Amino acid sequence: MDFAFSEEQELLRSTVRTFIDRNYPESKVRELMAGPAGNDPALWRQMADQLGLQGLAIPEQHGGSGFGFQELAIVEEELGRALVPSPFLASVVQAGSYLAHCGDEAAQKDYLPPIAAGTTIASLAIVESSGRWDLGDVGLTPHHASAEPRLSGTKLFVLDGGIADLILVAAREPEGGLSVYAVPSGAPGLRLEPLHTMDQTRKLAHARFDGTPARLVGQRGAAAAALQIALQVTAIALAMEAAGGAQRALEMAVEYAKIRHQFGRPIGSFQAIKHKCADMLVEVEAARSAAYYGVWCASEENEELPALASLAKSVCADAYFQVAGDNIQVHGGIGFTWEHPAHLYFKRAKSTQVLLGDSAYHRERLASLAGIAPPEPAG
Amino acid sequence: MDLEFTPGERAFRDEARAWLTEHLVGEFAEHRGIGGPASDEGWEIRLRWDKELSAGQWLGLTWPRELGGRGLTPKEEAIFTIEHSRACAPYIATEQGLTLLGPMVLAFGTEEQKKRFIPPILAVDELWGQGFSEPGAGSDLASVSTRAEREDGDGRNGRWVINGQKIWTSMGDRAQWLYVLCRTAADPALRHRGLTMFIVDARQPGVEVRPITNMSGRGEFSEVFFTDARTSDDLMLGELNGGWRVAMAGLSFERGLTLLSHQISYEREIRSAIELARERGRAGDPVIRQRLVQAWAAVEVMRYMNLRSLTSLFRSAETGSITSVTKLFASRHHQRLAELRAELMGPWLEVVGEDYELQPAQSALLGSRAETIYGGTAEIQHNIIAERVLGLPR
Repeated sequence: MDFAFSEEQELLRSTVRTFIDRNYPESKVRELMAGPAGNDPALWRQMADQLGLQGLAIPEQHGGSGFGFQELAIVEEELGRALVPSPFLASVVQAGSYLAHCGDEAAQKDYLPPIAAGTTIASLAIVESSGRWDLGDVGLTPHHASAEPRLSGTKLFVLDGGIADLILVAAREPEGGLSVYAVPSGAPGLRLEPLHTMDQTRKLAHARFDGTPARLVGQRGAAAAALQIALQVTAIALAMEAAGGAQRALEMAVEYAKIRHQFGRPIGSFQAIKHKCADMLVEVEAARSAAYYGVWCASEENEELPALASLAKSVCADAYFQVAGDNIQVHGGIGFTWEHPAHLYFKRAKSTQVLLGDSAYHRERLASLAGIAPPEPAG
Repeated sequence: MDLEFTPGERAFRDEARAWLTEHLVGEFAEHRGIGGPASDEGWEIRLRWDKELSAGQWLGLTWPRELGGRGLTPKEEAIFTIEHSRACAPYIATEQGLTLLGPMVLAFGTEEQKKRFIPPILAVDELWGQGFSEPGAGSDLASVSTRAEREDGDGRNGRWVINGQKIWTSMGDRAQWLYVLCRTAADPALRHRGLTMFIVDARQPGVEVRPITNMSGRGEFSEVFFTDARTSDDLMLGELNGGWRVAMAGLSFERGLTLLSHQISYEREIRSAIELARERGRAGDPVIRQRLVQAWAAVEVMRYMNLRSLTSLFRSAETGSITSVTKLFASRHHQRLAELRAELMGPWLEVVGEDYELQPAQSALLGSRAETIYGGTAEIQHNIIAERVLGLPR
C-alpha cells in the first residue's frame, strides 16, 4: 500500500513543471488569456513533440505512450498550478476518455492518433439550456431522414470550443438512448461562438448546429456508460487542476506574509494571518488528499469512481475557491488589482466551481451514492 | 501509486481478522465500541479486553521481542489498528502506557527501565498517568512549576522530592505510575531547558489524586497533588534538564494511528446520523441532506489524509506535516458531525438517563468539544503549522 506517486511519476512532474516555468510565466498566461484562442499552438505542439503529454494515456498502437490516468492527472495538477491556458482538459482528458471507452475501433483509429500528436483538438459537447452536466438533460436529437445523421440544436459551454477541430456531441436518439456524434469544426451548419469569459484563462464556446452532418462514434443509443466515465474522469482531472492552483495560491499568500511589513514587522508574524494561512494549508491538504484518492479510483476505474468524481470535484473546487479568496485577503489592497495574479486564481477557482456540475449538484449525487435517502415524494 | 495490499499485508490482515472474530465474543461483543480516548466508561471490561489482546500478543506490535513485543513494522501495526477499529472492539484502557510512556521509555530509557516497565505494560499489569499540564501551565507547558529537588544536597542518596500540582491526568485515579515533567533547574526563566521527566510511584502517601468530572458527567481525568512525594535517580527518564525533549517526543509518537481508529469510529457515527435522519423523516430535507453529505465527505477525506500520513510513515518512519493538518481537520469536522447528529435527535436530545447516562450521540456532542483542546489546542496547532510547516515568522 503506497498512496503517493512513484519516483518516475515525480520525474514526469518535475519535467512538466520545468517546461511550464520556462514557457508559461505569468506574462505568457496574460498574453494568451487576452486573446480568443487561449492556447499557444507552437507550445501545444512542443508539449506533444518534446514531452509526449497529449499521448500519455493513449495506447501505443494509437500513437501514445500507453501510460494511464495517474500520469495525466499529474500534468493536470501542474497545468492548474500555473493557470496554463490550453485545451488539455478538453481534448486529452474529456474527449480522449470518451473515445477510449466508446468501443468504436474505427473512431479510435481515426481520432486518437491526432489527439495524441496534438494536431487535433477535440472537445465533448454536453450541456444544453439547463446549464447542467447531467446526461438526463441531453435532449438534442439527431435526424436520421437522410443518408448521414444530422444535428440541429445548441450546445453550451463547450470547453475550448472556439479552437476545437473536432466536436463530439452528446445526443439523445428518438428511441431514447444516448449517442455521441463527431462533427469537424468546419462542418456545414455549425457555428461556434467563443464566449468572453470571466475566467479568461479558460475559454468556452457555444455550438449551434443547423442540419449539420455528423458521424456516429460508438454504438447508437449506447453511449451513456462511456459518457458517464468520461465525465467522472474529467471531474477528477479538474479536481487535480484545482488542487494545483490552490497550492500555488497558498504559496503566494505565505510568500507575501513573510515579506510584507507593517507595524514594524512582517504581517506573517501576526496570529490572524498565521491562522488564516494554517487554515488554507488544511484546505489544500484535504483537497489534495481527495484529488489523489480520486486519481487512484479513476486509474483503476473501480466501483468508487462515481462517488469520488463528485466528492473530489466538489471538495477541491470549494477548497480552491476558499484559498484563492483568502489569498486576496492576505494581500490586502494589491490583491484586488488586475495587475496582481491573485484575481486570476480566484476567477479560475470560481469557474471550476460552476463547470462540470456545481458543488450542490455533486453533493446531491453523493447523497444517493452514500445511501442517504433520495428526496421523499411530495404530498 | 498503488493502494492494493501486497500478499504479505493481506495475510497479516487476515490473521488479525481471524483472531478478532474468534476473541471478540461474549461480554466483549456485547460491549462493542465501548469507551473512548477520554472516557472511563466500561473500564473493567476494557481492561479485560486489553488482557485478551495481551494474551494474543497484539499489544506493542512494533516493540522489541526481547521485551515482549513482536518487533513488527509500523505497517503491520497500522493494519492491526484498522482491523481492531473496524471490528468495533472495546476502546483500549492502556492507552497511556502503550502510546505515550512506553514509546518514551523505549526511546529515552535505560536498559533497566525498559526491562522494569515495558513487560508490565504489555501484560496489562500496570497502568500509567500523565503529569504534564498544571493549572498555570496548559498551552504554555514550558512554564511548569512542579519542582523536583534532590532530597540531600549533593545527591548521593539518589532520591528526589517532588512538590506541586498536575492536572488533566487521564485515568489518574487508576494509575500505578505517573510520568511527571518537573522543574529541576533553579531559574524558571530557563523554561523548557530546566525540566526533567521523572517516573513516580502514584501509590505513595505524598501523591493525592482528585478526580475531575468532565462536562459529560464522567470522571475522565484528575488533579494530582504532590506533597513531598519521592522518586529516585533510577526513575529519571532521559537526561537531567533534558525532560522537554522526552515530552515533545512522547507527544509526537504514533499520533497517526490514533487518527486511524478515530476515523473508523467516525464512519460509524455518520452512518448512524444518516439512519437517524431517515428515521426522523428528515432525509427528504435538502438542507439536511447537503449537511449530511458534507459530514460524510469530510469523514471520507479524513480516510484519504490518513492514507497519505501512513504512506509517509512507511516510507520514512515519520508522519510529516500531513498529520498535524489531519488532526486539525478531523477535530473540526468531527465536532460538526456530532452537532448535526445531535440536532437530528430533535427534542429527544434533551433526555438523559437517571445518572446523567448519555446516549452515543449526546456523548459525541459533548466529548467532541475536547478534541480541539487536548493534545495541543487548535490555536496552538495553527501556530505550529504556520511557523514550522509554512515557515511564517514567530
